[in-house]
Amino acid sequence: MTTTANLLRAERIKLFSTRAPWWCLALAFAAPLGFTALFFALAGPEIPPTVGNTQLASGNGRTVLVVLAILATASEFNWGTMRLTFQAVPSRVPALLAKVTVVGAVGAGLGLLVGFGSWGLATVVAPDADLALHSGAEWRSVLGQSLVFLLAAVAGVGVALLLRSVAFALTVVLVWTQVLEGVVIFIPGAGKHIYQWMPFHAADQFVGAGGGLGTGALQLPAAPLGPWGYLGYFAAICVALFVAGVITTARRDA
Amino acid sequence: MIEANALTKRYGATTAVNELTFTARSGRVTGFLGPNGAGKSTTMRLVLGLDTPDAGTVLVDGVPYRQLKDPLRTVGAMLDATWRHPGRSGRDHLRWLAATNGIPEKRVDEVLALVGLTSAEGRRAGQYSLGMLQRLGIAATLLGDPRVLLFDEPVNGLDPEGMAWIRQLLHALAAEGRTVFVSSHLLPEMAQTAQDLVVIGRGRLIYQGTMDDFVARTSQHGVRVRTPHADELRAALTGQAEFTESDGTFVVSGLDSDRIGRLAFDAGATLHELSPITGSLEQAYLDLTREATEFTAGAGR
Repeated sequence: MTTTANLLRAERIKLFSTRAPWWCLALAFAAPLGFTALFFALAGPEIPPTVGNTQLASGNGRTVLVVLAILATASEFNWGTMRLTFQAVPSRVPALLAKVTVVGAVGAGLGLLVGFGSWGLATVVAPDADLALHSGAEWRSVLGQSLVFLLAAVAGVGVALLLRSVAFALTVVLVWTQVLEGVVIFIPGAGKHIYQWMPFHAADQFVGAGGGLGTGALQLPAAPLGPWGYLGYFAAICVALFVAGVITTARRDA
Repeated sequence: MIEANALTKRYGATTAVNELTFTARSGRVTGFLGPNGAGKSTTMRLVLGLDTPDAGTVLVDGVPYRQLKDPLRTVGAMLDATWRHPGRSGRDHLRWLAATNGIPEKRVDEVLALVGLTSAEGRRAGQYSLGMLQRLGIAATLLGDPRVLLFDEPVNGLDPEGMAWIRQLLHALAAEGRTVFVSSHLLPEMAQTAQDLVVIGRGRLIYQGTMDDFVARTSQHGVRVRTPHADELRAALTGQAEFTESDGTFVVSGLDSDRIGRLAFDAGATLHELSPITGSLEQAYLDLTREATEFTAGAGR
């Protein structure tokens, strides 16, 4: 128990004693709120003012959070501090669990702020719209960001452990989130079906972000999973990436 | 104490460490010497469990490193002084490391003072000179007040003052009964620092023993004797030892200076000089590693 507390403390000191995570957190909070405000202030009828649509821009913050998770993990390989960590914790796995706990907790907290922040800001920008949280689905849209962000952070740590290089891991993740997920939809025939199984699309489906927009403008077929099914699917991918990262890191020569 | 037993590590087709057996005793500074690429750093990584050996074992105070609980309290090791995040302050670097093993924060202040970094503790480590990084790395090794210390090239980048400081520190640590295992390619520095030696070449053990024995064993330079009574000494030495002579100066091999002195005394020869020609560590080291290199090159073809 004390060992766990020690390792969590060490990872917390690591994360907050460099500047990059602070910048990432500021950006990951400000970007979605800024876009949400713009959407609700300027958009016409193509983005109706619903609770789900207050979370339209959350993907930006989620991506920046994944960048934070990668920086916090892969930079340790670049700078050699991962080897020092393994000198201090030779069984390795507890240290990696402590890291994912700290980064995941930061992600969960950020998700809470982004979820409620975006929604709160939307109610201010669009005071006439009915944005009150009536239904479970609406609560899921806002509160669910916390879970999505937590899982995204876990995935980021996992990818960093697998690739062990800041540049490599950032390239892979940014190309994936910013390009590949959106491009598969243009594959003739199967594209729209494949798109529905993309992990971050799954995350969006869980929080209902862009649900109306997606099925409307993109003419997607009916969703293969319900919101909670999509969350389970997204969680399975994130956890699998992390577990794979831990297993290879624990076995490999440091 | 560090005990390596038939330690072997291969990377693909290359055997970096080959059935290496050695012991580093407590209370001694053990120098770990070898040319570049001899396997010194690999051996240290094996000691610390960072790499997994293909065969053999290595124990630290009788236990494999990976079985140590809070290992920083048993082993302090600096393999590379540049292992730090450049954006993190020296103090925060030590704080997280201390936290992993539950070492109290006041110990961070103590080791910072010990290495003379207190005034620079808040600066980001990216701004440190290499000498300051070495001090930070050494501070990190001392955090847990460990019984065993490993240093890979600790004097790299230090000025002469810094080198002297490290030498004194290593001696002091060994005098407190700790095991100090230090690699270096700087031979003069090693001659002044180490009491015991482990020499490796191409991953194999070449020599293990005391520094004094190492120099003595590998020096075959004989004893220089100068006398005004050359005839008497020549007569006494003939049949007893090999020697060369010129102008009353003899170079004798095969006898130590004690016995030569006795022979000269019995022969009534006055000696003006009786001095063993000691080989330098550098000479001894070059002789040994050249043999190892030649052997390997010959075996390879």
